[in-house]
Amino acid sequence: MSESLFTQLLNLTVGAMLLTAVLTLWWRQLSSIIVIFGLQGIALAATVALIATHEGSAELGVVAVLVLVLRAGVLPWLLRRTLAAAGPNRRETRPLVNVVTSLLVAAGLTLLAYAVAQPLVALDTSPTGHAVPAALAVALTGFFVLVTRRLALSQLVGFLLLDNGITAVGILTTAEIGLVVELGISMDVLLVVLVLQVLKSRIRAAFGRTDIDELRELHD
Amino acid sequence: MTGLVVVVQLLVVVALSPLLIGMMRQVRARMEGRVGPGIGQPWRDLRKLMRKQPITPDGTSVVFRTAPLVLVATCLVVAAVAPLVSTAALLDPVSDLFAVVALLTLGTVTLALAGIDTGTAFGGLGASRETTIVALVEPTLLVAIFALSVPVGSTNLGAIVGATLADPAQVLSPVSLLAAAALVVVIIAETGRLPVDNPSTHLELTMVHEAMILEYAGPDLALVELAASMRLSLFLGLLANLFLPWGIATGGDPLLIGLAVPALVVKVAALGALLAAAEVFLAKLRLFRVPELLAGSFVMGLLAVGASYFLA
Repeated sequence: MSESLFTQLLNLTVGAMLLTAVLTLWWRQLSSIIVIFGLQGIALAATVALIATHEGSAELGVVAVLVLVLRAGVLPWLLRRTLAAAGPNRRETRPLVNVVTSLLVAAGLTLLAYAVAQPLVALDTSPTGHAVPAALAVALTGFFVLVTRRLALSQLVGFLLLDNGITAVGILTTAEIGLVVELGISMDVLLVVLVLQVLKSRIRAAFGRTDIDELRELHD
Repeated sequence: MTGLVVVVQLLVVVALSPLLIGMMRQVRARMEGRVGPGIGQPWRDLRKLMRKQPITPDGTSVVFRTAPLVLVATCLVVAAVAPLVSTAALLDPVSDLFAVVALLTLGTVTLALAGIDTGTAFGGLGASRETTIVALVEPTLLVAIFALSVPVGSTNLGAIVGATLADPAQVLSPVSLLAAAALVVVIIAETGRLPVDNPSTHLELTMVHEAMILEYAGPDLALVELAASMRLSLFLGLLANLFLPWGIATGGDPLLIGLAVPALVVKVAALGALLAAAEVFLAKLRLFRVPELLAGSFVMGLLAVGASYFLA
């Protein structure tokens, strides 16, 4: 693969990740948000696969397959199951920050990511180094989703976006992140989602809803 | 030979814009199972309106009377300078991104002022809604095209189109895709199509553009309608040439221009048909949801600019 083609394809996949992160802020239907999250998983896997072919690293190829299975297959499937069990409340109707403002905040966060990632970009002038700010922006947007959404499931998606962003930054900066490290992170994420799924169904069983802001005090 | 370019562009835009509207209405009619009036209907309507007696409501000022002329004039200037048929324009400095957007905005603002000038409830309502939309549309329009101008290093529209023509791989870059998505949303809002405004209704709850021009009649109404159709074809022509520049002439050679005109017509007609077909499946957004849509497209434009700086 020629250098310019690699750069262009890498920019395309990282751009797709950033776009899907913004779309999760834009759309309210939880089912659409889960689909978008799955698409972001595919974009992340494509990024890893691109770097793997460019570096000729079989280990990274395995990581790409792992990412694809976990983030575009298993996690969206788990989220859909949670959504099916969640009852009628399937729309993020009134997030803490309204949609217009959160879109503008996402734009601001992207610029912030570009600003703070400047030393990293200067350190590594390769195409992967140039794509780091976009991955960082995905992580920041995920964090924003995590803190401003009310429903437990949207917050879970926010957490997973944050993790997607962190994984992307790790792979773009270090390339050889190591199979063991990636495997460990993946297992952790899977475990967190499973635990949160159980927790969410408990919350729903106890209170009849999963609006986190309703949980003001401890009951026994 | 750039004089020829200007004349050809003006003739094409003025003559074919009403046909574009007619074609889009016909596509909608056929898809909805109606026969439709035929693509020549907008021209027949314009001829009918032109023959009527000019009439203005009591109490309106010079703003109301000159607005249709200003609107048509801005469209004609843009039609003359924009890179539609050839990238070499007679008035090269005016073919600048900021000048073209400013001219198109001038038309919108004039019409909004005319709507207020009538002093009726509908005129004011339409003008207020239009300014709300324009305030969000113009920055997005500027930012989206600006993103395309960064790799070229010039805000001249002809230069941007020429650069894309020289390096077609640019079209698939994230900058270009994000800017295209932002521009499509903005063009739909700016030309008053679904889901932002419904061009085929006079229902007071939904109308934006129709509310502003409710008091116009006769030749004035004909001018406003002509200008509205010209704006649509100008926007679609710019969209087509910014992202699919193939077929456009690079100089003033008559033969190349002769080939560029059918290419432009085919591209704009295809985009128009696509837009009309999409409209069949869309319902109008509630007015207070429109800023959400436009903010989304603004963010995409901003991301495009960011990408053009940092991924380049």
